[in-house]
Amino acid sequence: MRAIRIAGVVAAIGLVLGAGLGLAACGGSTPTAQPSKDKGNGKLEIWADPKRTAALKPFADQFGKDNGVTVTVKEIAENLQQTFVTASQQGSGPDIVIGAHDWIGNLVQNGSIDPVNLTSAQKSAFEPSALKAVTFNGQVYGAPYAMENLALIRNTELVPNAPATIEDLVKAAQDLKAAGKVSEIMCLQVGAAGDAYHIYPFFASAGGSLFGTTSSGDPDPKTVNVGSSDSVAAFAKLKELGEKGLGALKTSIGSENSISTFAGKKCAFLVSGPWATKDVKTAGIKYDISPLPGFAGGKKATPFLGVQAFYVASKAKSKALAQEFVANYVTNKDVAKALYDADPRPPALTAAIDVVKGSDPDLVKFLNAGKDGFPMPAIPEMSAIWGPFGNAEVAVVKGEDPATAAAAAQTAILAALKK
Amino acid sequence: MNRGVAVSYLVTRIATLGISAAILLYAVPPLVRTGSWTALAILLAAAAGIGYLYLTKRHVPAKYLVPGTILLLTFQVLPVLYTFSVAFTNFGDGHRGTKQDAILAIERESLAEVPGATDYALTVATRDGRVVFLLVNRDTKQVQVGDAEGLSPVDDAEVGLTGKVVRAKGFEILPAGERDADVQALAVPTERGAIKSVGLSRAIEFEAKRKYDVSCDCIIDGANRWTADGDRGYFVDGSGNNLIQGWKVNVGWANFGRVFTDPNVSSNFFETLLWNFVFALASVFVTFVLGMSVALALHSPKMKFKRTYRTLMILPYAMPAFAMLLVWRDMFNTDFGLLNRLFGTHIDWLGSPSGARLGLILVNLWLGFPYMFLLTTGALQAIPRELTEASGIDGASPWQSFRRVTLPLLMVALTPLLISSFAFNFNNFNLVRFVTAGGPYAVDNNLVGKTDLLITYTYRLAFEGGSGQFGFAAAISTFIFIIVATVSAIAFRRTRAQEEVYS
Repeated sequence: MRAIRIAGVVAAIGLVLGAGLGLAACGGSTPTAQPSKDKGNGKLEIWADPKRTAALKPFADQFGKDNGVTVTVKEIAENLQQTFVTASQQGSGPDIVIGAHDWIGNLVQNGSIDPVNLTSAQKSAFEPSALKAVTFNGQVYGAPYAMENLALIRNTELVPNAPATIEDLVKAAQDLKAAGKVSEIMCLQVGAAGDAYHIYPFFASAGGSLFGTTSSGDPDPKTVNVGSSDSVAAFAKLKELGEKGLGALKTSIGSENSISTFAGKKCAFLVSGPWATKDVKTAGIKYDISPLPGFAGGKKATPFLGVQAFYVASKAKSKALAQEFVANYVTNKDVAKALYDADPRPPALTAAIDVVKGSDPDLVKFLNAGKDGFPMPAIPEMSAIWGPFGNAEVAVVKGEDPATAAAAAQTAILAALKK
Repeated sequence: MNRGVAVSYLVTRIATLGISAAILLYAVPPLVRTGSWTALAILLAAAAGIGYLYLTKRHVPAKYLVPGTILLLTFQVLPVLYTFSVAFTNFGDGHRGTKQDAILAIERESLAEVPGATDYALTVATRDGRVVFLLVNRDTKQVQVGDAEGLSPVDDAEVGLTGKVVRAKGFEILPAGERDADVQALAVPTERGAIKSVGLSRAIEFEAKRKYDVSCDCIIDGANRWTADGDRGYFVDGSGNNLIQGWKVNVGWANFGRVFTDPNVSSNFFETLLWNFVFALASVFVTFVLGMSVALALHSPKMKFKRTYRTLMILPYAMPAFAMLLVWRDMFNTDFGLLNRLFGTHIDWLGSPSGARLGLILVNLWLGFPYMFLLTTGALQAIPRELTEASGIDGASPWQSFRRVTLPLLMVALTPLLISSFAFNFNNFNLVRFVTAGGPYAVDNNLVGKTDLLITYTYRLAFEGGSGQFGFAAAISTFIFIIVATVSAIAFRRTRAQEEVYS
């Protein structure tokens, strides 16, 4: 009896081990038997955020058909950049990833992406500012396909003519407010944590700056200018627009309610980008888009330029195929048009802009508003700016002392940069 | 042994064995493929051990303890140990991979087209099973073959409309996507650099401007050189500037030391710690008091519509907490929020330190009291009504019998849960992150907000300031772990004393 039981145990363990080793042998032998197919295998994997996944699918499939390969587009719902970097490191990442150009610095320092080699003809087909945005340390790191920037969207029923300066804007809005037509001066998202992206054009118009510039004209992470006297003066200007001043900037208007407040006709001016027009159209508001106004006698209000681009993962399993897709397929005019149709953001290809220009007047207006735009710095140090800058913005909007707020932001940024 | 026990014993045995066998079958192939022999050995030993344990009739207590122990090791002990080990490295953005990875990335980044390089039309083909490039000079239409030795002319080749070779004698054209690694690896040497493929239809002559030199352990770019710094995990030049691609190195206790020596961290640590304790204790206290009061009220035999009330009480608990946190944040809005509209006030609730702190505890009260209500309701069922009735007959007032009889018995059952609730609230990241994001900030201190908990403060320090610094975050997490573990240990010790009194 006892012997039988022991035999049973041995047999069962043997079975489990045998099955494991057997599978292991299969798993191990597949790659070695056909070394030619161990990598690549005619598959291309693209990662994108939920907004772009659906838009990409059809023409990814087309590329697959043209080249006789399988293309999969995978949706990464949260934290695409971090997920990509981590997965890439472990060798389980995709061949291509799509993201904003200000990721480039971080992706390069982690060795996650490769430069994309474009011919000079391909390069000159892009809008110069889009190409500049994806250039980092002298190398082109991605194929840009869409651009976006902030502009002033106004309700033309309330305000027929675009204001030339912020002072004009405030004046027009104050009149409307006095007449009881609106309750807010303008809808510019600040929120409880501040929003450096949305306030930057006005900060720049008032003379403020984030970084110094290197000899090559790139932002220089070694000189942080947020606490400089020019920036303090700019914060002082923002304070005048704030809650204790004209009431144009308010922490109660944030990302969650700025567009809906405009759509609800509670304000006549909205500072936002191409992503806002859909809600505004749905609300049935007659609107027009114009460049952001600057302060009277100040500099131009320069919004950040953002570029969406395709990147080739340095640990791609089908790198040649990925390079082919990014360098020779995405740069095709018809593909750019198809992407625009699925997600209407201004294309980065000049030829594609010409194609869609006729059917979409908003596009030209947004492009025009971004004409003097400043490509958002792609250096990794940029991510140290957002939080502290936002806090300083909130402080001055609430009427605190600009010099103290700017100094505190400067300290926090330098602390974050010092590793 | 009766029949029911025998059946359930058999079922659990089969289930345990089945699950462990399934995990084994699932995990072995990838482990073998990556050559992780240590992990494989541990896995096989564990599987053999489980098999032995559940196929014999001996070691009965172990049969019950082993599954829990394995889960404890996998999901509690291992993550803690891993976090602790990460704390000794500089792991983070810019320092994720090995030195070899960093060198490759630097060399790849510096690959530049040779000035005036020829832009070839490329066809990937094989000759005798080896990958070669069939290259057409777009200007002269000359066809060449490039392999690991260099370029050589091809005589009998047909060039198609696209300018690419479509057929060549002795070569087999390779379909797109095949042997990708070989295509990537092929660099046809030339005088100035090497011809490499760009996609599948172009090839260009490149040279790497930066090269790694083993003899000096440095990166050379013309006259510039960056020497490897093994302490920082960077290549650094003479004036201390580093290349951005770094690698992971061990930094010893530096991450732990930084908590005390970096003034930006240490100057705010104790204020944050204090608020963290106040927040966690206040949260547990208010949710428990409200939850228990409601449970006691509904426990009274005189109460009617108990079921309706209970359903209503559970509602906050049943709603998705994430969404509710955002709804609460919006209700606090100065101009558009429900609270100010309801009361006709214009208060910046989350804009003042005390308002934001009270607001957080209020939201936590709303979210958390149903949990306490459920716990207390359960625990109350276990306390015989005879006890309170007896104390009533002995002349105790309802308050006295609650204070002297019901509450102590409740506490015996609930204290462990209150301790775990304290530990949870001590690290209540979501609440602070979504409602106040740590703010408001003092105008002269931009590093730490008035409602920051240690965990949200850590998150910002480690992940939002420049780049993800996992090593440093792991070090602070270790401190938080030690604090929470100490508090919990003391509390449990006191509970045990209490249990001895009442049991």
